[in-house]
Amino acid sequence: MTVPSAGGHPLLSVRDVHVEVRSRGGALEILRGVDLAVDRGETLAVVGESGSGKSFTALTVAGLLPDGATVTSGAVELGGVDLLRLRESQRRAVRGGEIGMVYQDSMTSLNPVMRIGRQVAEALTAHGWSRADARARTVEVLGEVGLPSPERLVRLYPHQLSGGMRQRVLIACAIAPRPKVLIADEPTTALDVTIQQQILELVTGLRDEYGLAVVWITHDLGVVARIADRVAVMYAGRVVEHGATRPLYRAPAHPYTDGLLRSIPTEADAHQQPLPQIGGTPVSVAELPPGCPFGPRCPQHRAMCDEEEPPLLDRAQSRAACWVPREEWTSSVPRAVAGA
Amino acid sequence: MPEVGGGSSAEPMIELRDVVKHYRTRGRGVVHAIDGVSLTVGHGEILGLVGESGCGKSTTARLLTALEQPTSGRITVAGRDVAGARGSGLRELRRTVQMVFQDPYASLDPRQRIGDAIGEVLRVHGLAGGKEDVRREVTRLLELVGLLPGIADRFPHQLSGGQRQRVGIARALAVRPQVLVLDEPVSALDVSVRAEIINLLARLRDELTLTYVFISHDLAMVRHLADRVAVMYLGQVVEEGPWEAVSDSATHPYTEALQAAVPVADPELERSRRTGSVRGEVPDAARPPAGCRFNPRCPLAEDVCREVAPELLPLGAAHRYACHVRQRERAGAPSGRGVS
Repeated sequence: MTVPSAGGHPLLSVRDVHVEVRSRGGALEILRGVDLAVDRGETLAVVGESGSGKSFTALTVAGLLPDGATVTSGAVELGGVDLLRLRESQRRAVRGGEIGMVYQDSMTSLNPVMRIGRQVAEALTAHGWSRADARARTVEVLGEVGLPSPERLVRLYPHQLSGGMRQRVLIACAIAPRPKVLIADEPTTALDVTIQQQILELVTGLRDEYGLAVVWITHDLGVVARIADRVAVMYAGRVVEHGATRPLYRAPAHPYTDGLLRSIPTEADAHQQPLPQIGGTPVSVAELPPGCPFGPRCPQHRAMCDEEEPPLLDRAQSRAACWVPREEWTSSVPRAVAGA
Repeated sequence: MPEVGGGSSAEPMIELRDVVKHYRTRGRGVVHAIDGVSLTVGHGEILGLVGESGCGKSTTARLLTALEQPTSGRITVAGRDVAGARGSGLRELRRTVQMVFQDPYASLDPRQRIGDAIGEVLRVHGLAGGKEDVRREVTRLLELVGLLPGIADRFPHQLSGGQRQRVGIARALAVRPQVLVLDEPVSALDVSVRAEIINLLARLRDELTLTYVFISHDLAMVRHLADRVAVMYLGQVVEEGPWEAVSDSATHPYTEALQAAVPVADPELERSRRTGSVRGEVPDAARPPAGCRFNPRCPLAEDVCREVAPELLPLGAAHRYACHVRQRERAGAPSGRGVS
C-alpha cells in the first residue's frame, strides 16, 4: 500500500500495522492495518474517538506498547529503517533519542519528588549524553520551550509549577535529545484554552525552527484545523481518511469525517435548531459488523458495504476507505436511531 | 447595579445578587471563588456560563443547587431564597433545581440497573409508590430522553457514553425540576455524540419549559444553545448579554482572548485569524490582582486598570461589560459603534 506524503520518501511512515492485545478472553485486534506518513517540518494530526486506536498508534510508533500488546505485522520506518525489525537495545536508542513523546497528564508523567533539572537531564543521560553536556542542554532546552529563568527553574519541583509550565517541562524532556519526531498524545486536553493556545504555538514554533516531524493525537477537530498540515481520521482500528487538512475539511471523502465536521456547530447552523448528528454509537473493535465498520451508522450505506471492508481509495482531495465517491452521496438522514 | 437581562416574565427564575463565596484554606488563605456576582436568568431561558479554571463557574453551580451556602449576597430560584433554605424548604428547592454532570459514569452505581437508579430517585422524593408505578414512570422518563424502555434492565457499563448521559438527564428530570444546571454535559463525550445530546437538551427545554444554566468551555456549543452568555474570570462576571452580542460583538478583552484561543474546526478561518496568545496564566484566586483582575494578562491594561476595579456597565439593551479602556473608548466614540 502506498502512502500519501509531502515528498517522495517521508521521514516517518507507518505501513499496514496490525496490533493485537491478548487477554483472558483471547486476542483482540486493536489496530487493523494502519497507514500513516509524516515528513520533516510537518504536523500530522491523528483524529479519532475513544476506541479508534489513535493512542495505540502513537504507542506503536514510539515503541511503548504495554504488556500483552504486540505488533503482528506491518512496518514503522524512520528514515528508511524499519523500527520493528531492530533489536530491543537499538530500538531503545531510537525511542527518546530520535522519537520524543508527550502525554496528556503532566502531573503523573513527571516525578513529583525529583527536581525539574534532574528530570530533563535524565532524559538525556539515558541516551548517552555526558552529565556536563546534559546539564548545559537542560538549561538550554527549558529556554527553548519558553520557560522563564531556566537556571532557577531547574531547582524547583513539579508541584511548584502551574499546569501550563509542567506541560512545557514535558515537552522539554521530549525534545531535549533533539529528536526528529515528536509524538503528542492529547497534550492539551486537560489545559485551559488560553494555555492550550500557548502550547499549540510553542509546538508549531519548534516544528518550524528545528524541522521536527510532529504527530499530534487528538479528538478536537478545532485543534487539527489550527495546527495540522495533514490529517488522518481513525475509526475502529484503521485510518479511514488521510489527506491535506484544508482540502479534506472542504470536501471530506469519508461519510464519518463528513458527519464529524457537520456535527460541530458553526455560525451557519441556525441558533438552537437541531445540529446534524451522526447517530448510533462508536463501534468497538471487539464486535465489528461485517463489511465496513461504519456501515451501521452511515447515511451513504449501500448493500455492497456489508460485504467487503473498503481499502483506502484515491479520491479527489484525499484517500478514503469508502466505496461510495462523494459525488454519488445522497443527502439522506442517518439510518441509525440515536440511543436505540 | 442596573437591572438588565432576564426573560419575558417579570419574576426571573434565577437571581444572584452581589453573591460572594470565600473559602478559608490552610496555607493559601482566603480563596475568592466568587466575588460580587449578579446575574438573572428568565423563565425558560438558557444562560451559557463560560470561563477557565478558577473563574467560579463550578462554585456558581454548587451555590445554585444549594450544595453550598454563599458567604454573602442573595440567591433566589423560582422565588425561593436558596441561602435560607433548610428542612422541607431545602427538599423543595432540590426538586426545583437539578444538576447534570460532565461524567454520568461517576454519578451512577456500577452495580445498579438503570431502572433502579432512576426508580430510587422517584421513591426518595415520593413521586411513585408501587412497583408498577415506578416501572411506568421510568419508561416515560427513558422515552423522554430518547432511550428504549429495555435500557432499564441494563447496567451502566453496558451503555455507550451518549446513552449514559441520556440516563443522567432522565434521572435529573425524574423530580420534574424547573431548572437544570448542566456542568460541561458534553465535554466527556465523543465528538460524534455531542450534537445529539445538545439537540436533546434543546428539545427538552422547549417541551418542558425548563431553564438551563449551561456551563461549558466550548464556545461554539454555547453560542449555538444559549439565549444569554456570561463570561467569568477569577470569580467575577466580566461580560454578559444576549448570545449574539457576546459571541459576535465581544467587548471585554478577556472574552476576545478566549474566543481567539479556542480553535475552530475550519482551517481557512484559522489561517486568517489573529494570532498571538494571551500571556501568562490565571492568577491564584487567594491573591487576586488589585483593580481589574485581568490586568496582568490584558493587552490594553493602563494605570487605572491596576488600581480601580471596573464596574459592569451596560452597552446597548442588555449587554454589560467591565473594562475601563473599552468603556472610555465607547464614551468618546461616535454614536452607534458596537451597539448590540
